[in-house]
Amino acid sequence: MSTQSMTGQGVLIPALKADRGGQVLLALLLIAAVVVPIFNLMIPEGSFFHLSTYTVTLFGKYLCYGLLAIAVDLVWGYCGILSLGHTAFFALGGYAIGMYLMRQIGPRGVYGNPILPDFMVFLNWTELPWFWEGMNHFPVALLMVVLIPGLLALGFGWLAFRSRVTGVYLSIMTQALTFALLLAFFRNEMGFGGNNGLTDFKELLGFDLKTPGMRVALFITTVVALAVGYIGCRYVIASRLGRVVQGIRDAEGRTRFIGYQVESYKLWIWVFSAALAGIAGALYVPQVGIINPGEFAPINSIEVVIWVAVGGRGTLYGAVAGAVLVNYAKTWFTAAFPEIWLYALGALFVGATLFLPKGVVGLIPARREKTA
Amino acid sequence: MIPLPPFLRKFLRLPLRRCLLAAVVAVSLPLQADDPVAPAADAAAETTAEATPAAPTTFPDIVHALGTASLSERTALLEALLATKHPNSVAVLTAWLEDHLHVRDADGAVFITAEADTQLALTDPLTLASAGSEPAEGFSKVGSNNSLRKLLRSAVASFKLGSPEAAVRLAAVQEMLRAPDELTLTMLREHAEAEQDPAVLKAIAAGQAYADLTSDSADTRLAAVKVLSGALDGESLAKLEALREEANEPDERVRNAASVAISSIALKRKLYSAIETLFFGLSLGSVLVLAAIGLAITFGVMGVINMAHGELMMIGAYTAYVVQQIMPTHLAASILISIPAAFVVSGLVGIAIERGVVRFLYGRPLETLLATFGISLFLQQLVRSIFSPLNRSVATPEFMSGQWVINDALSLTWNRIYIVVFTMIVFAALQLILRRTSLGLKVRAVSQNRAMARSMGINSDRVDAITFGLGSGIAGVAGVALSQLTNVGPNLGQSYIIDSFMVVVFGGVGNLWGTVIGGMTLGVAGKLLEPAVGAVMAKIAMLVFIILFIQRRKQGLFPQKGRAAEGH
Repeated sequence: MSTQSMTGQGVLIPALKADRGGQVLLALLLIAAVVVPIFNLMIPEGSFFHLSTYTVTLFGKYLCYGLLAIAVDLVWGYCGILSLGHTAFFALGGYAIGMYLMRQIGPRGVYGNPILPDFMVFLNWTELPWFWEGMNHFPVALLMVVLIPGLLALGFGWLAFRSRVTGVYLSIMTQALTFALLLAFFRNEMGFGGNNGLTDFKELLGFDLKTPGMRVALFITTVVALAVGYIGCRYVIASRLGRVVQGIRDAEGRTRFIGYQVESYKLWIWVFSAALAGIAGALYVPQVGIINPGEFAPINSIEVVIWVAVGGRGTLYGAVAGAVLVNYAKTWFTAAFPEIWLYALGALFVGATLFLPKGVVGLIPARREKTA
Repeated sequence: MIPLPPFLRKFLRLPLRRCLLAAVVAVSLPLQADDPVAPAADAAAETTAEATPAAPTTFPDIVHALGTASLSERTALLEALLATKHPNSVAVLTAWLEDHLHVRDADGAVFITAEADTQLALTDPLTLASAGSEPAEGFSKVGSNNSLRKLLRSAVASFKLGSPEAAVRLAAVQEMLRAPDELTLTMLREHAEAEQDPAVLKAIAAGQAYADLTSDSADTRLAAVKVLSGALDGESLAKLEALREEANEPDERVRNAASVAISSIALKRKLYSAIETLFFGLSLGSVLVLAAIGLAITFGVMGVINMAHGELMMIGAYTAYVVQQIMPTHLAASILISIPAAFVVSGLVGIAIERGVVRFLYGRPLETLLATFGISLFLQQLVRSIFSPLNRSVATPEFMSGQWVINDALSLTWNRIYIVVFTMIVFAALQLILRRTSLGLKVRAVSQNRAMARSMGINSDRVDAITFGLGSGIAGVAGVALSQLTNVGPNLGQSYIIDSFMVVVFGGVGNLWGTVIGGMTLGVAGKLLEPAVGAVMAKIAMLVFIILFIQRRKQGLFPQKGRAAEGH
């Protein structure tokens, strides 16, 4: 749909060459992918240079957030759609992989039922609901990770964009969407473990999730996914579709008058972003070991937006920087000064919008470049 | 001598007391005279003649005798006790009925008791003064058996029938009707002649009708069915339903009458339950409107997304809490004071937010949204630091608690009625300010065309600040109302913010009437759905409905028309 005469490499390579921030990010990711396994697995525990498995998982988590932030930046920074419901897609991706992980537990659950997950036995269910069928196959689960958020985004976006709901209204609608899902997933009848969600995972593809080796493998997968996701987004933006989308962001009416079908472009990038968020969620769940309805909470979605705003919207790498920085600050604050964290986060929201319109990356003195 | 309380004096007047004595005597012994005092004593003397040579006739003697008498003697003593007309009789009888009458084994003294751990708190029946407390081991209960208890119950109930309080009389009637016999019915019929209170009269009539339903005469049963057809309560309905069975009711006329009565009652009950649902919906809608109407001003009129709106409500609720802490003894006054106090506090915080943050972000709604969200987090944490993260409860003054019982099928809680009324008042006041004051004129002018308003000499900065303060103040007032419905905690605001936005967007931005109609519609629709699908699903359905609705009519129920619409 997007490429016509130009080949993918034809737009991607120049785009990446001009993208200094992206180069730095990709380089950092490459370093992390090499250094982290060495420092975690090869340097013995107790050594100064040893990287604990906890830290590996923690940074793996941040990178998942980074991927989610890219997804939000793609629609907000480049298409002007402020989504306050992106963690809905994130959580749905997480639930999809969570279902697979639940099925992998098999008879090792507390109740020892070979097919039904514990919470279903607890609810006196006798058979697996239809939507759990097939989720014991990894490829099916992977498909669902992309398909479920994508389909939801497709339905929602098709309705919203076609009737030209924009701006604040759209933001509030997305918030209502994730709120409705939050309420729905809290219900036991939904068949997703209700309040407690899905947890107590044992293994992924036959590998024990708790071993350091598996943790590092998940970390590297996340790094790769983030790098691929970044390059993918960069490609989308550099493509003809991306240029139209940026046109929509700057002047939706004019783009429409020129003759572009604005709704289709918005819908495409919206669904792509949702699928990306779903993948981020799928990488997140095996690392943290739980997925529950709390992930749908509207406040989470708003926090994602603030990562992007703090990092610098419309840059992609800024979104990753913001996600890692804010979450690192959150981890540090909530451990050191738990009562101050919300003050700090609140101040971050106000400060970033008032004083940092271009985010943290906007502070770095720009090199003289001919074009963006 | 202690002066008789009025209800006792009334009790001692004739027809009533005669009933009571009839009740007592019919079970125990034949009674021949109309003069109640002397014969009763005679009668007591007669029955107890074989057992004890000299039957006691004074209150202290009788009470003392109760301690050692056998069960059969106690029947006579009960009657003698009533005959003494002693004001403490009712206390003794009640205590006896409730197994709180004990005799001290050591000296045979009788006390009214209350259990306190292993001790018994003693009350002297003669003076009703406390007589200290002693270990329970040294006491035996003054017992009773079924027939005695029945007698006691109706004696106590008759005492209560004389009470000046209608509620006490009603309870007495209900107690007596629990197992009605001819005697109690006669008593009640006689009581009905002097009774003024409609509720008590109704209860007596219903009791009579229940009894008549078992009558042998079909005509009497038919008349009873006619009486019951005017009732609304579940018990009458159940009795009538039993009559429809041929096994229970041989007469076809009565069966048909019962069927007609049942369908009329069922219809009325359905109607009243519909009214009740409607009212619940309206009260829920009122809460939504109250929460949203301040937002309708800041969002609708000014075009500012204030995510801290919920926290301004929370501040209002905490203001109510603080005011109540300052004056804990004047609940009603504290609520009335907290309304203006919350308006001022939340309004000032709102103005501070506008001056400090929002005014730099006009024309950038998405940034405003994020900044005010930051403020909301800040305010939540501030409240946690000051008041602790625990929920606080604000007490409800008496005039707002309880129910307004309209009939057997319909009763409405007062606090919900007040919320509905309060919402209407707030809305009217707001309309008045916006439509009839020069401030309102300026606000509308600025919201319609800022540049034009400024060129007319309106200080738009000032108007912005005041408008924001007004919307925030209304949020504070809403918070006071919420403090009467739920606990006050740091997360109070968060739970309403999405709902509030939904209401404003649904009703149509920039239109206060739209907010009211939208909020009420959502409230009523939610409550109508609730019985069918449950509260959570009803809420989800409403959210999905609004999402879909906005696709169809993105301007909401009442879109703005004309040039003002172009500004948004």
